[in-house]
Amino acid sequence: MSDKPLSFQGLFLKLNDYWSRQGCTIVQAYDVEVGAGTLSPMTVLRALGPKPWRVAYVQPSRRPADGRYGENPNRLHQHHQYQVILKPNPPNLQELYLGSLEAIGIDPLLHDLRFVEDDWENPTVGAWGLGWEVWCDGMEITQYTYFQQVGGLDVFPVAGELTYGLERLALYLQNKESVYDLAYNEEFSYGDIFLANEQQFSAFELEVADVSVFKRQFEEMEREVPRILQARGRQGQQLVLPAYDHVLKASHLFNIMDARGAIAVAERQSYIGRIRDLCKQCAEAWVAQQAEAA
Amino acid sequence: MPQLLLELLSEEIPARMQGQGARDLERMAREALAKEGFLPEALKTFAGPRRLTLVVEGLPAAQPDRHEESKGPRVGAPDAAIDGFLRKTGLSREQLTERDGVYFAHVHKPGRATPDIVAGMVEQIIRTFPWPKSMVSGTSKLRWVRPLKRILCVFDGEVVPFAVDGVESGDITEGHRFMGSRQPFKARDFDQYQDGLARNFVVLDAEERKERILDAARTLCFARNFELVPDEGLLDEVAGLAEWPTPVMGAMDPAFLDLPPEVIRTSMRVHQRFFAVRDPATGFLVPHFVTVANIEAKDGGTTIARGNAKVLTARLSDARYFWNEDLRIPLEDRLEKLKGVTFHAKLGTMYERAERIAALAGELAPFVRDDAETRAKAMQAARLAKADLVSGMVGEFPELQGIMGGYYADKQGLDPEVVDAVRHHYKPQGPADDVPVQAVAATVALADKLDTLIGFFGIDEKPTGSRDPYALRRAAIGVIRILLQTRARLPLSRFASVDLLAFFADRLKVQLREEGQRHDLVDAVFALGDDDIVRIVSRVNHLDRLLGSEDGANLLAGYKRAVNILRSEEKKGPLPTGAPAELESSPPEELGLIARLGHVEIEVGKALEREDFEGAMRELAKLREPVDAFFDKVLVNSNVAAERDNRLRLLAGVRDVMGRVADFSQVTG
Repeated sequence: MSDKPLSFQGLFLKLNDYWSRQGCTIVQAYDVEVGAGTLSPMTVLRALGPKPWRVAYVQPSRRPADGRYGENPNRLHQHHQYQVILKPNPPNLQELYLGSLEAIGIDPLLHDLRFVEDDWENPTVGAWGLGWEVWCDGMEITQYTYFQQVGGLDVFPVAGELTYGLERLALYLQNKESVYDLAYNEEFSYGDIFLANEQQFSAFELEVADVSVFKRQFEEMEREVPRILQARGRQGQQLVLPAYDHVLKASHLFNIMDARGAIAVAERQSYIGRIRDLCKQCAEAWVAQQAEAA
Repeated sequence: MPQLLLELLSEEIPARMQGQGARDLERMAREALAKEGFLPEALKTFAGPRRLTLVVEGLPAAQPDRHEESKGPRVGAPDAAIDGFLRKTGLSREQLTERDGVYFAHVHKPGRATPDIVAGMVEQIIRTFPWPKSMVSGTSKLRWVRPLKRILCVFDGEVVPFAVDGVESGDITEGHRFMGSRQPFKARDFDQYQDGLARNFVVLDAEERKERILDAARTLCFARNFELVPDEGLLDEVAGLAEWPTPVMGAMDPAFLDLPPEVIRTSMRVHQRFFAVRDPATGFLVPHFVTVANIEAKDGGTTIARGNAKVLTARLSDARYFWNEDLRIPLEDRLEKLKGVTFHAKLGTMYERAERIAALAGELAPFVRDDAETRAKAMQAARLAKADLVSGMVGEFPELQGIMGGYYADKQGLDPEVVDAVRHHYKPQGPADDVPVQAVAATVALADKLDTLIGFFGIDEKPTGSRDPYALRRAAIGVIRILLQTRARLPLSRFASVDLLAFFADRLKVQLREEGQRHDLVDAVFALGDDDIVRIVSRVNHLDRLLGSEDGANLLAGYKRAVNILRSEEKKGPLPTGAPAELESSPPEELGLIARLGHVEIEVGKALEREDFEGAMRELAKLREPVDAFFDKVLVNSNVAAERDNRLRLLAGVRDVMGRVADFSQVTG
């Protein structure tokens, strides 16, 4: 490790630098609420179809149920994921990944790095893959997955996905106990920027959110997706991208209702199934569009 | 004789799949070699985090030549038949020989070189390997558990050349990812291979990795006067997570020790794969843990210990959050939420299940301990027993169900017997698990299992063959074990359908057989149609003792003889009914048996009424001597009809009195 650990900002800048040198396009975070970097159309949709694709981005990810009012040093309603997609995954993806850890100052002869089985799946987008949680000294710092299916469709060529938990990595690199004490950069702490966010959104998502409103909005989104997919754009194409935005919104509305404890265990599967169906419609439309363009 | 060495190097293989992977590789290689006529001297496989390895000793350089004779159609058969035979054998008609009017083909098959066979075999193994889950990667269609990186395949010091979907075989492998040379190296035989791995920080053999972990972990504990909490399953797993396993001890914040020890241990094991550490004197956990790293770190492991401790702190902070949040809501208030948890689509919600278990507990309690208090407590505990399923902690750690409910019930100040019952109601969960014996706990545990059994039998979801998705066999054995331990006299037929009773009978048979009890004795007692497990087992045990005695063995022989006679007479016409009488012509042996039988009938009746099976057996044993004497001296099939009928009545009497104790016709030998 270098003398001065990377700031939070320094961390993702370093990753941007590293992955752009590996041929990744650096894009900005997606602007609809998502629960994970995977859900961005830059991953879910672009993983499908035959075209090669290399991308990296930071994605703020909202998990309403994980909100702790800013009182828990590690759990956040919104954390940041660093997302990398390489499609097709190069044969040396593991080596490239380990190289990125060395680039941010993790020495593999000082730290215990391990690939621990974790069969990733995201039932709301009908996606699964095989891979690992990558552990650094017992802490999961990355989800490493070879996508096998997305939106219920086979992914081929296979896309390799790396999802780094930035807060965890930063806690580790900066040797801090609480995310709020992290140096975001030279000037601000993480708490300066995000503590109020955590406090307010936790209260909103766990106590104040009006379930009936969210339920109604969910049902609206559910109706909108097929309607949007039936419409055609100026060039005669299906409007896959706007339709998919509505899937993301439905997914986020579901997450808030879930955090409010408004979803009975028996209903959960049905909600997840409904979102998956919407996602599948978009995935199929996307693949069809790719085939036409090719 | 030459040696074959194969290594399939891949990205990290899930720990839980490695052991089976090694066994599958061994089986597939053995079968494939046998099919080609090879019987190697030794065949061994290894599995580790990144590799499956096979070494076969004593293979010849080539198969022996084979000469095969195959029989064809008869001479003069239609051309189509003969042409077919020629195609099959690859010969021309002139090459066929004739014998006894039939064509024969003689085919000489030169043995193939072993490397050719090995190349085909390895490709076949890779393509059909039964990984529980496999994947494709990049642009390759080759399926493997994770991307396959290299194939090392050497026979007799030479590379066996082949390629599987672009992965070419060679004599190169790699050691540890980070330690050692970090350069690929050559291996042309197993000794070189193992040496190379050892020099590059890879322990090939899983057993050796486990020993290494245990030795080092115990040494770390011993140095501080601690003791490692043993955990076989965890040891297996961590031995599959590191090629160079290196235990490191870390410290945790002692403030967390106020959490239930099950929570700490589960968090350590499930989330972190840490071993817990305890004080050997008290058995209490100490604020330390052992993690198993994959490197010997430059700083001796300080950084690793610190990092792991930090993660554990975060995990335990979260556990504490769940603990504190859970304690705010009394179990009673959680019941409503159980309405949202489906137990089974056809069996309703967990709320309904809890209600059913409570009602059942009320009915069962009098059989376990007959007082109003037990009944009330059992019903209360049963209603609350499932409430922890909707607590935060059980959501996080499902394996703590019951245990957490017990803690929450205790913190709420519920009666200790209720607490105990909530905590233990899932028990026994397997043969090694203990049985709740305290009356309230036993009642609730019984009700939990009976509800499961009644429910699933009611919707016709019975176990078939190896399929038992709802663990009904385990539930039935649980019921049996609880009844036997508590000596509760439960008339099962009052609760169970005919099917379910038969299922209990089967499980009891299996259980008794596993305890070494004779299978036929269980059948002999079951034939009586009893539904009281305690009584059944008591009968079986006493029957075993009776038949083990000389009197018992002889009596059984007499019984069989009597039954055979009765059976063959029955074929000729209906047997005479009624009691035997003392005839003028009765010889003393007949009179003796009549007298003894009369006495035994009365005494057996009394003993059975007292459920004194020992006494009943003792009475039966008294029949032995007069039965033997009777068969010795008296001819049953007398020419005088009255004599014959009387003797048949006497034998029927012996059969019937014995039949009240057990169905001796089911007893073999």
